[in-house]
Parts: sequence; structure tokens; C-alpha cells
Amino acid sequence: MTLHTLLADRILVLDGAMGTMIQQYKFSEEDFRGQRFRDFPVSVKGNNDLLSLTQPEAIFDIHCKYLEAGADLIETNTFSATTIAMADYQMENLAYELNVASAKLAKKAAQKFTARTPEKPRFVAGAIGPTNKTASMSPDVNDPAYRAVTFDELVTAYKTQVEGLLDGGVDVLLIETIFDTLNAKAAIFAVTAVKNERNLDIPLMVSGTITDASGRTLSGQTVEAFLISISHVPLLSVGFNCALGAAQLKPYVERLSRIAEHYVSVYPNAGLPNHFGHYDQSPEEMQALLREYLKDHLVNIVGGCCGTTPEHIRLIAEEVKKYQPRSLKTLV
Amino acid sequence: MTNPDFIKPADDFGKDAEEEACRTKRTLKLSGLEPFELTPETNFVNVGERTNVTGSRKFLRLIQDGKYQQALEVARAQVEGGAQIIDINMDEALLDGVQTMTTFLHLIAAEPDIARVPIMIDSSKWEIIEAGLKVIQGKGIVNSISLKEGESIFVARAKKIRQYGAAVVVMAFDEKGQADTLERRIEICRRSYDLLVNNAHFPPEDIIFDPNIFPVATGMEEHRRNALDFFMATQWIRENLPYANVSGGVSNVSFSFRGNNVVREAMHAAFLYHAIKHGMTMGIVNPEMLEVYDEIPKELLERVEDVLLDRREDATERLLDYADRVKDTGKKSEKTQQEWRQFPLQERISHALIKGLDEFIEIDVEEARQLSEKPLDVIEIFLMNGMNIVGDLFGAGKMFLPQVVKSARVMKKAVAYLLPYIEAEKKKFPAEAGARKNAGRILMATVKGDVHDIGKNIVGVVLGCNNFEIIDLGVMVPLEKIIETAVREQVDAIGLSGLITPSLDEMVYVAQALEKQGLEIPLMIGGATTSRLHTAVKIAPEYSQAAVHVLDASRAVSVAGNLVNKKNYTQFRDQIKQEYAALSEGYASRKSEKKYHSLEQARANRLRLDWSEFSPIKPNFLGVKTLEPDLEALVPFLDWTPYFQAWELHGRFPNILEDKVVGEQAKAVYEDAQNMLHGWIENKSLQPKGVFGLFPANQVDTDDIALCDASGKPLDKLITLRQQSVKTAGVANLALADFVAPKETGKQDYVGLFCVTAGFETDAIADAYAKDLDDYHAIMAKTLSDRLAEAFAEYLHHRVRTEYWGYASGEKLSSEDLIKEKYIGIRPAPGYPACPDHTEKRTIWKVLDVEKNIGVKLTENLAMWPASSVSGMYLAHPRAKYFGLGKILPDQVTHFAQRKNMDVGEATKWLQPNL
Repeated sequence: MTLHTLLADRILVLDGAMGTMIQQYKFSEEDFRGQRFRDFPVSVKGNNDLLSLTQPEAIFDIHCKYLEAGADLIETNTFSATTIAMADYQMENLAYELNVASAKLAKKAAQKFTARTPEKPRFVAGAIGPTNKTASMSPDVNDPAYRAVTFDELVTAYKTQVEGLLDGGVDVLLIETIFDTLNAKAAIFAVTAVKNERNLDIPLMVSGTITDASGRTLSGQTVEAFLISISHVPLLSVGFNCALGAAQLKPYVERLSRIAEHYVSVYPNAGLPNHFGHYDQSPEEMQALLREYLKDHLVNIVGGCCGTTPEHIRLIAEEVKKYQPRSLKTLV
Repeated sequence: MTNPDFIKPADDFGKDAEEEACRTKRTLKLSGLEPFELTPETNFVNVGERTNVTGSRKFLRLIQDGKYQQALEVARAQVEGGAQIIDINMDEALLDGVQTMTTFLHLIAAEPDIARVPIMIDSSKWEIIEAGLKVIQGKGIVNSISLKEGESIFVARAKKIRQYGAAVVVMAFDEKGQADTLERRIEICRRSYDLLVNNAHFPPEDIIFDPNIFPVATGMEEHRRNALDFFMATQWIRENLPYANVSGGVSNVSFSFRGNNVVREAMHAAFLYHAIKHGMTMGIVNPEMLEVYDEIPKELLERVEDVLLDRREDATERLLDYADRVKDTGKKSEKTQQEWRQFPLQERISHALIKGLDEFIEIDVEEARQLSEKPLDVIEIFLMNGMNIVGDLFGAGKMFLPQVVKSARVMKKAVAYLLPYIEAEKKKFPAEAGARKNAGRILMATVKGDVHDIGKNIVGVVLGCNNFEIIDLGVMVPLEKIIETAVREQVDAIGLSGLITPSLDEMVYVAQALEKQGLEIPLMIGGATTSRLHTAVKIAPEYSQAAVHVLDASRAVSVAGNLVNKKNYTQFRDQIKQEYAALSEGYASRKSEKKYHSLEQARANRLRLDWSEFSPIKPNFLGVKTLEPDLEALVPFLDWTPYFQAWELHGRFPNILEDKVVGEQAKAVYEDAQNMLHGWIENKSLQPKGVFGLFPANQVDTDDIALCDASGKPLDKLITLRQQSVKTAGVANLALADFVAPKETGKQDYVGLFCVTAGFETDAIADAYAKDLDDYHAIMAKTLSDRLAEAFAEYLHHRVRTEYWGYASGEKLSSEDLIKEKYIGIRPAPGYPACPDHTEKRTIWKVLDVEKNIGVKLTENLAMWPASSVSGMYLAHPRAKYFGLGKILPDQVTHFAQRKNMDVGEATKWLQPNL
């Protein structure tokens, strides 16, 4: 069964937050380093993607918890595994290895659960984050023509990530948390290049981020402009994640759902962060909010972003079973 | 034609409702920060055209001066004015297109009011297009690609554009050229569409055809159907190429009516009206140049539409008649030409000056002298009144340079007539000697080592017309002489001129010397290789007084006026200093942005031609030969366009003769040149002389070319320079040596060298005119002689290709194609972009023994004397092409110096412009 055939039939469930789950382990600097990076010259605490190498059991367990909760699709622990984002930890040269290792961990977990319930096959989505630099905006207010990263640099970084994810065995690629569409276009460019070089086809999911009530991406695009800007390649799905909770995100998903010719995904945060920066929306509250999406047949893929836990996913998985998926518009 | 399965065949297209419904879905969708969709309900999409350096002088100037903030305002005004898409074009030879496109789009991204609309990236250079695609987050349009360079490049680029996520404008252009008939438009658009949809998998709704809008009413029979064919092609595309859109640059259609906005605006409106009716969906239109269709006067509309729709035999004549009437510039009759003789005296004198008529000037001046108290008053009152009008009209762009030079001739004749009377007056009243007031005294000189003086002479004449006293020191003037004369004559300003690149350094030395001696005489800098930027970066910082670049003769007057005006000078100087400092600073910061290879890396990325597939052709003649053709033989090879540029008349020959603005003047200087040329031919006034040599040659040590004589004995080496700027992937770092077979291929290749001169008589001819106070013909003689030297170079190259070398013996090209250099092989010249190193001339001189063979000499700074001479080399490989060396790094200079046996300091001096 392919993702395509499954999506035509039912709403699929994406997993929840990786970072939130990692926090619960309260790993120390030494834990992050493991044996291999014991003498690494800079602090690596907080480099969550590195844990796929130094604490693989923990990452594997987190994947399993989400699969246990009912996720059809789990994301690799590779949000920041690009040469560009890894530069913060001087670990640029680990980018490829991190992607391979993370993909393999997720794949191992998915295969374990597919074997257990073959009627509910599980899939791995290779997570491709936005990097920590933006190609459309200048970080220097006095020099609006300056850019901290170029398209070509992004393409190079993304190609390494995509190659690692594919070599690690992911089933689908997910370009996510897009706050700058030009970064996403570079990622899409890299995916196309690797697909052409390897002469293979792999589905691609894209998920943007609407940052606030302006209803625009951080780089200023409206929902419609965003969709047009990334529609030049075949996409399995398009959607939104992060930054907002399910309540705030709904009007934008409605707009997207009206015009998109692809499957639509949504994985909001567990509400907006409280005064301490924590997400405290309960699984039940989130379930109720997402129920409104389901009633309106807005989506085909649902999951959670920051602050969500296996319990959130379990309730979401229960809920989606009761509803028909959004039907796909086709061009003919 | 194979249709993909999602497109219905054309004939049953759009017939039933369901199909109609899905058709409407396949619409052109674009985005900036906001979405844009071209639906069947969209009337017409207006593409803003002001942010285009090729179409807007103002925008070009802003970009050239680095005034990006103001350039952004141009973009903003367009969007506010209703442009739904903005076209951005940075195709200008002097701009770094990639850098400029990138910077400007970066800045637009920071302006939400502008960035909300989609961008049209407009360039004929793929690297600029790609640079643009890399910086827009929305879905834009590439303008344009075409089949010009063949199917594989076309498809590859389309695929790339798709990968970047943009729509595309396709020009109706193929390997054979631009489509100019209905049939060709259909043929090319159909083929392009099939390739895009089937081979490049381009969505048909993202294809926009530009089926070429060409001028109508040009008087040429073959242009009569230009508009009609466009309409028909548009309709055909819309009916037969599903989902594709049609666009075009509308202002082209009225090209032959430039200067007559009433007619042009009507033509644009009527053209759009019909084009839209036939299915044109978008276009590049200047909203300020557009009449409302319904408000076009009935008679004008009828005549415009007669032309557009080719409805009458005499449509063009009738529109021209109408145009003359609305412009109110009907040709003056014979009668009015005589009438001016009845005008009052001052008006007659002014008329003679403005029109450049010297027939009656002495009679009128004599009349004025008898009315005046002193002979000097005739100059200061009657003549200066007239010249002031000339100056004003020239300043306002209502008179053109050749006219002003003719005015000067009349003025000089008048003054010459008065001189004996003035001298007599001086003897009578010595106290008032030298009382003639003038605007200021200016020293003019072409700097040491340079012999080019046409531009300097023109500026001198124009300043003279504006009452400046000119002390002209001529050519090859050493700086000591310039300074000594300036001090002795107490001049108010010094004008320096030069054409060859080493002259740029000479000007710097003059500035340094003036500074060292504590002089306070302002400098004016002019000449073809000089620029505002060079003046700002290299000359101005050396001198605490003003050093101002003067772009052309029309600017010279106001600059000189500011420099000699004691009251305003300080303020003007400080303002110029400030401007140049900003320019210089901008240059320094821009300079660092471009990336360069080391020489080693650049060499690694050299052009590697496949020599296994190509065997160089052995010349029919090896050795050195001189020849002295008749002038007449050179005439078919004359390229007239630069001749008009010398007169500051801008436009291409022959169209310039019909130009609405400068056409009349262009015709006049053209006719005069023809007369001069025929006189020369008849009297054999000039004897062209040329020498060339063809030699066995091979590329050695990567960048050099070793020459041998016919017996294989080594002669000398040509040292070529290699580009070092980082290129886009797949583009090589070129050196001329790349076009010659490397020694190690084992293949014997050949190279030619040449030097030609139009003749040694030019200076004497020009001097004779000057002595007769006829600057107009003096300047013309030199300009024409320059053209003949270029024509000789072209003539000789042709004979070398077809005869002496014979590698293109079957070549059959029209003279137009020859001028456009459509032949195989190149003839790069030292001092020009591919070979900026003038010292190669020394090698040419040595190998060909130029001075002994034909007498052409090199000055210390390697200018050729006589000035109307051309030298260079011949390279025959079919892929040999002209290129610009661009900036190079010190590592190459050091290497170059070793190869040339020169010290690094000297090499640096010669290569300065490229460092």
C-alpha cells in the first residue's frame, strides 16, 4: 500500500513533537556528547539531532511511543541536520551521517510496527527544516541588500540532507516549518536535483508556517502566494505547521484547502506558548479543536508540532477514524 | 505535433461546458508576496516597463550611479500606478548584470509595497536570468528564452526555469532568426510549444508567447503587415496552443514616429485594442504613452488603423501627412528660406548662426560694424546674442552637435572678418587692448602618448561657441607643457582628453603634478575610455581642486561654466568632491563583492576545445605581405553607426536617417560625409596601407601563442591574458590562447597579425579645413578617416578569410552581415576588451616590421600614429569569439610580467585598467 492509495481512503496521522519528548529525558552535556564526542571542543547540549548518534535508544523509543499512539507517519529527527544549521555546533561535516542515522532509526521503528499490524503500514517522513538562515531577508537592518545565505548555499546543504535521508531509507520527504519560501524553493530545487541524479521518484510533502495573525509567512507571503510559489513540482501534500495552535491556524488551513490541488496537512502546536514558554494545551482540548477541521473536511493528514505528546496523537488518531478525508481536487 | 493526454486536440477544444470548466482552472498563476492569477475574465495584464535599463535612461542612470533607493522608487511608482507585474532588466554592457539584478531584487524583497507583485526577470543573458531566479521567493516570469540557439539549449533552459519555479516568455525566434511573417510566427510558436510541453514537461499555462511586435509605417514594403501578422499570430496561438498566453512590447509598433507623441499614443491604443481582441493577454506598456481608444480623433484613428490593418496602399503616406500636421513642423517652403533675408539685422545674424549659413554673414557683420561704436561690439552684442541662442537650444536638446559645429564655423568667419578692424582699433586705442570679455580661458590637450583628438576638438568648438577662449595644445602633450602653458596663460581650467587606456594614467599624473605645485586650476576629463567612475576613483582623490568628468560636448558648457565662475566654484568643487567620494566608496564596496579565481584555478577552468575533432586549415599564404588598396574598395565595408556616435547622434544606421528626432541632422552629416568621401576617392586623397602576416602557431604554456615562420623557425610569442572572475558552472575562464591548438595536440595551427591605416594624409586634410576656419569639415575628415581604417580592417579580414588564409573561401555575406561580424573567426585588437594589453602591439610591430613596411608608428604609450589605424590578430577557430577580460588579480600580473620580461611595476602600469 502506498501513501497515495491510503490517503485516498482515510485521514493519516502524523506524529507529534520530538523536542518536547527529548526534554523529558533531561539529558546533560555528557549525555549529548556520548563517548564519541567526549572531547568535542564546543558545547553540544541542545543539539537534538545529534542524539540520533549519541542516544539512539531514546530516539528510537520516542518514535515507538508515537507509533504506539497510532501515528501512520513519523518524522526523522533531522530538523536541523543541514550543514548550515549544524554550523552552530561546528558539526557541518556530520550532516550526511546524522540524516542517515536518524532515517535508519525511524525506519527500524516503523518496520517494527508495520510487522506487528500489517493492515496499518507505517511510513517515515524525512524532516527537512528551514535552517537558521533566511534567503529572502537581510539580518542587517542597515543593509537590506545583504543576505546571510544564498540560494546556491542552501541547495548544496539541502542536497546533502536529502541524500542522507534517502540513503537512510525514508519513504517520503517533508519540507517543513517554512518561514521563508525562498529557502523552501531551494530545498525543492535540491530534491528535484537528487531525484534527477538518482532517477528515482519519492513523494514530497511541504508544510509552511504562518507566523501570526497577519496570516502571512515570516517572509511576507499570503497563503495563496505561498501555494503558487511551491506548486511547480509534484507534491503529495501541502499544509501548515508550528507557530500557531489549532484554533488560530484554522482560517488559513481553510483558505489553503479551498485552492490546493494536493492533499492538505496540518500539525499545529499545542496552543500558544504560556508566559514560561511552555505549551499547555491538553490532548483533549486539542482533539476538540481539530474535530472542527475534520467536520469541515479540510484535511488529509493531521499531527502535532511543538508541545504535543503521544497522548495528543492518541486522541487525534481516535478522532480521525470517525471522519471522511478531504477529497482531492484534480485538474481532470 | 503530439499532445500530452491532458490537453485536448486543438480542433475540438473548448466546445463543451465541462471542458470549459477545466480549462479555466489551467490558468497562469504567479506570485509576489500576494497571488496573481490570469483568468479568462482578466482583461489585460499590464507589465511595468520602467525598471528596464535598456528602455529607461533614467533607470539606467540611477543603477549606474548606484542610486538604488531612487531606483526602488521607480519600481514603487509603477506598482502604485497599476502595474500588475514588473519587468526588470539590467542588460547593459557597463553593468555587472548578475550583481545588479541580484542586488536590486534583494532590495525589492525588503519593500512589501513593491514585492507584492510578481517579478518578470528580463534578460538576454542566461546567467542574469538564473541569478534573478535564485533570489525571488515568489513565482515570477523569465523574459525570455527562444529557439535561437537550438532545441537542446531551449529545452534545457526551460527545464531549469521549471526547477526554479517560474513561468516563461518565449520569443518567436529560432535558429534562422526572428519570425517576421505570420507563417514563421506560427511555425516557431508551434514548435516551441511542442518542445516545452512534451520534452520539457512545461505546463502550457505557464507559457507566454511574444510573437514580435515590429514597427509599422516605416516606408518599407516588407513592414506593411507587421501589426496585422502579429494580430493573426496572436489569434492563431490562442486558438491552437491551449492555455498559452500572448504578450509583447507595445511601444515598438510606433518606433518610426518617435518624437511625435500624439501619433504614437494613438497607435499604442489602437494596437492594444486590436491585439486584445485577437487574444493578447499581457503586454509591456508605458501607461503614460497611451491614448484612450475612444478619444483618438476620428481621422487619426482611421489612418492609424489603415496602417495597423494594412487596409490601403497609401496608408503610410496618409499617416505621415497627418503626423506632419499634428506636429506642425511642415517643411519650410523655398519662399520662407528666402524670407529671412528680410528680417531685422540681429535676427538675420542669429538666424545665420543657428542655421549655420555663412553665405551672407560677412555682409551682415559689415552692416553691424557700421552701426556699432567699436568693431568689438559686433562680436559682443550681435554675434554673442546669436550664439547664446545656439547654446540654449543645444543645452535644451533642440539642436544637435553637427549643427553647433556649423554655427561655430559661421561665428569664426564673422570674427575673422572683423579681426583687421579690431587690430586697427587696438592701435588707435591701446588702453583698451585685450578688452574683449570672454567666459573664461580653457586649455585643451590630448595627453602624452595619445594621438586621438576628435572628441577634444568637438568640445573645444562647443566651448568656443559659448564664448570660452580655447588654447588648444593639440595631441601628445607632455604634462610639463600643459602645466607651463596653463600657468603662463593664466587659464581658468584645463581639459584633458585621451582614447587609449594608458592615457588614463597620464591624466592621473597631470593631477598629481598640479597638486604638487600647489596650483588651483580645475580639471575637466574626457575621452572614450574615461568615465565618471574612473575620474572619481583615480583622478579626483589626487587633486584638492575639482577634477570633473565630462561625458560629452553637451555637458562641457555647464561644467566649464561652473569651474570658471569664481563665485560658485568652491561650492561646485565641494559638491563634485562629495559626489565622487560617494561614488568611489560605492565602487570600493561593490568591488569586493565579486569573486575571483587564482590564475591557477582560472587556468584549470579554461576553455578546452575538442582538437581531435578539428583540424586547422593551412593558409594558402604564409609570411608577411603589404597591400595598398584603392579607397573605393573599402567603401562596402564601412560601418556608419559609429560615425554618427562621433557626432553625438545616437541610433543605428540606416534607421537613424529616418529618426524623428535626429534624422534630419543625421542625413545632413551623412550627405556631407558622402561628398567628402567621393571627393577623396576621385582625387585619391588618401592612400590606405596595410600589412599582415600568417604564421604557423601553437598554444604553449596554457596562455601563450608561439609563432613560427614558414620554415618552422620560432619568431615570437603572443602573451594572452585570462579571465579570473568566477563564472557560473559550465562557463570557462577565457584567454585568446584557448582558441589556438595546443602544442601537445600535435596539430599545426595558424595565427595572423595585421596593421592597417587609412592613410597618412588625414592630418593635412583636416588642418587645411581648420585653417579655413571650418572645424565642421576638419572633424568630419578625421572621423571619416577613422571609419575607413575600420573598414580597411574589415576588408583585409575578409580577404584573409577567403583568399590568403582561405579557411572560409566559400563565405558569402552581405556587407550588413560583415559589419555585424557574422563570419567565422575573430580579429581582436590590443587595447580592446579581449586583449586590453597594449604592449602586444610591440610584438605585432616586431613580427610584421610594421613601421618599415607601411610607416605606422607607435607612441611611447603605444597609441598608433596616424590615429586612423587598426592593428590586431586573426584567430580562425569557429568557436573563437570576442569576450571581455574583466578584472584580473595580482598573481596574473606577476606571471604576465615574467612572460613579458618586464618588471611587475611596469606590468601593473599597463594592466592598470583591469586591476
